[in-house]
Amino acid sequence: MQSAAQISQTDLRELVTFKVGEQDYCIDIMSVREIRGWTPATVLPYAPPYVLGVINLRGTIVPIVDLSARLNLGRSEPDSRHVVVITAVNNQMVGLLVNSVSDIMSVSRSAVQPVPEAASEAAGAHIEGVIAIDDRMLRVIDLQVVIPSIGEREIG
Amino acid sequence: MTKIDDIRDTFFQECDDLLEALNDGLGQLGDSADDAAFDDQTVNAVFRAVHSIKGGAAAFALDSLVKFSHHFESVLDLMRSGKVQPSTDLLKTCQKAADHLTDLVASARSGNDQTSLYDQDLAAKLLAFGNSDSGEAAPPEQDFGFVPMIIPISLDFYTPTDTSTFIIKFVATYQLFANGNDPVHLFRELAELGEYSVSTDTSELPDFDDLKWDDIHIKWEIRLTTAHDLSDISDVFEFVDGLCALSILPLEDEIAAESPQLTEIAQQTTALMEPDAPTPADEDQKLQRATTEKISASPKASVRVDLDLVDKLINIVGELVINQAVLTQCIDDAGLPESSQTRASLNEFKSLARDIQENMMAIRAQSVKPLFQRMARIAREASDIAGKSVRFETLGETTEVDRTVIERLVDPLTHIIRNSVDHGVEDPARRREAGKPETGCITLSAAHRSGRVLIEVSDDGAGINRPKVLEIAISKGLISADAVLSDSEIDQLLFLPGFSTAKVVTNLSGRGVGMDVVRSAIQKLGGRVNISSQPGKGTTIAFSLPLTLAVLDGMVVNVAGQTMVVPITAIIETLRPKAEDIHLIGAEGYVVSIRNKLIPIIDLGQAFGHRKQVGRLSEMVLLLVESDRKQPWALAVDGIYDQRQVVIKSLENNYGHVPGVAAATILGDGKIALIIDPEEATERSRPQGQMRQLQGLEEV
Repeated sequence: MQSAAQISQTDLRELVTFKVGEQDYCIDIMSVREIRGWTPATVLPYAPPYVLGVINLRGTIVPIVDLSARLNLGRSEPDSRHVVVITAVNNQMVGLLVNSVSDIMSVSRSAVQPVPEAASEAAGAHIEGVIAIDDRMLRVIDLQVVIPSIGEREIG
Repeated sequence: MTKIDDIRDTFFQECDDLLEALNDGLGQLGDSADDAAFDDQTVNAVFRAVHSIKGGAAAFALDSLVKFSHHFESVLDLMRSGKVQPSTDLLKTCQKAADHLTDLVASARSGNDQTSLYDQDLAAKLLAFGNSDSGEAAPPEQDFGFVPMIIPISLDFYTPTDTSTFIIKFVATYQLFANGNDPVHLFRELAELGEYSVSTDTSELPDFDDLKWDDIHIKWEIRLTTAHDLSDISDVFEFVDGLCALSILPLEDEIAAESPQLTEIAQQTTALMEPDAPTPADEDQKLQRATTEKISASPKASVRVDLDLVDKLINIVGELVINQAVLTQCIDDAGLPESSQTRASLNEFKSLARDIQENMMAIRAQSVKPLFQRMARIAREASDIAGKSVRFETLGETTEVDRTVIERLVDPLTHIIRNSVDHGVEDPARRREAGKPETGCITLSAAHRSGRVLIEVSDDGAGINRPKVLEIAISKGLISADAVLSDSEIDQLLFLPGFSTAKVVTNLSGRGVGMDVVRSAIQKLGGRVNISSQPGKGTTIAFSLPLTLAVLDGMVVNVAGQTMVVPITAIIETLRPKAEDIHLIGAEGYVVSIRNKLIPIIDLGQAFGHRKQVGRLSEMVLLLVESDRKQPWALAVDGIYDQRQVVIKSLENNYGHVPGVAAATILGDGKIALIIDPEEATERSRPQGQMRQLQGLEEV
């Protein structure tokens, strides 16, 4: 009993799982701010194809990334059934467009395996590891890579 | 935060004000150094600033700060008493001392050890001024232990050994009571010094019916016979300094003032009482008198407010403006008649929201004076390093600008001023050859101009060496060798990334940071940079900046189905072109002829990639916008919806810079509209601009 309690404190990771196309992906729950339905975004000029635009989240301008396009799974045609997962990494807020959110689950850290060699380099670059659960495979997204970084230049 | 930290914070805040006053005063003294009439008041003000810093620093055991300000103060004191003549050299040293003091305060504020920073040479130089010029009149370099608030004074040094009588006149202000002081305690303390009697002057006390409870109507006169001297008495009033009108006079003076025939005796008496050397405590008392004189003109009441709180309020006001837009939309949708009560109330709400917002902006606004003082220092230091003689002048330093704008101007301005000293102003020999005075002049000016702030740095140097600029640009491959450029286009080359004309990398500039970084910093503020130069006469670099970073007046337009906002300040005029006025040059170079001038057209819809081809221009609306290249551009939009105040929301926090877009805003329906940066939009619309992708967004 005691050991189980210890595990829950030190070794468990809570993940939000969702579907992109036909594949299962997940991200750490700590980086998720909220989950909301898709609303049309304002298009940004000169943006990469996977940036759908920006939306107004209670006064904050949040860019939306089409995760399917970002992971090279083809562009989505967003409609009201799509879901936006708002994430915050390093004070930067970005919404990820996914097909649907499936579950919140706790897994042990040791369950996360490195990305198999077989994965193509491009797809593998966005994933920090995989988790095999029952018959499914969950891909853990590396948010740092997926989210467009802010280009900043300062006067030295 | 503990209480002592609070007090410490207050001390440093006060230091800012004091340092400002110090620099101000020294500046004034510098201007009047040549005149015979040397302003005593100014010297006093300068002295007082340094003295207050010293006093405060002692309370927090900031030893280096105390030590240095003590040396500084000694010299100023000699200046004040006329024992040292204010030479240019002395004033220069004082300037340096003030700069050093600023550094010490800054390092003390960040909690660093200031001992290592302490400039021994400068202190010695100050000391030398004190000694050489004044001979034996200089105050002996006493070891105070640097606790100047409590000064041990040996009484048998000069004070008359017998007791003397003082007449103290005391009128409290409302503020004195508001701060929790009570004259009774002061009188009690006085009673401990000697024999005393208080008389109360109630002659100004109004009838009970007219009495206002928080006005001060009572004056006190205290007659004190004591063995202590003046400074001890004024020490009693130390904590109410500035909160009361106070005069402390020896009885003899008092009589002298009242009966002229006794003046002579009184003068003799005061002459006897005059100490051989002024001690700091004595200065205190003189100061107090000086303050007393000024008390009638008390400054406007003000409060110090936490900046975060102001920022929070600004954000809320922003939300209010958005909310008002939402309401307007709702009422429009409801189709209420124009004359309805709701609409009238809404209009009132609109004007109130605008009032609040404008006043909030005024709170955030700050004069550019501290910034300019900082720049004056940069110019001084830069000219010292470059070995050039440069006079630095400022104009319009009371101009108020949003404080964020001011903060973010520091780096670009520093760079420009260093550049002006290093590259702009010639060395003395070359100036002589050109028939100019050896001392160069750099002017920094600020002014409000049509809803924007114009900040200019101009020098009277050699101007931009255009052939050389061209040569460098070609050698660095920035332009092709056969390019034909106008003068102003050559000047613009300076802003290209990777351009630096310095032959030698000097200490000042040429550290690889170019004018391009200055320009991008200014553009981030929604500003524009313009450079103009006349060979042999000098160069002027002008920043045109928005007054605030929170809201702007915008024209809401339709760009190929997308709602966008164009800042009103940029628009010169709007027009619907006639088909016959639109001409085509080449394949896509559309121009419109307006009053016999040909103006290039940019279809924003195409420029932003919302449509492939240029739209039907004759059915669109043209917005004529200003450009820094002195040439207007016409932005073609599909229609104008509205003209309204919009709240500026940063895109850069969560995304990054979008070419041609200054920021975003939230419309009445909650949708986001992008605010166009006309300057950048026209720049980007040239072929190479369209191809450019956002740096940070490329695959990592």
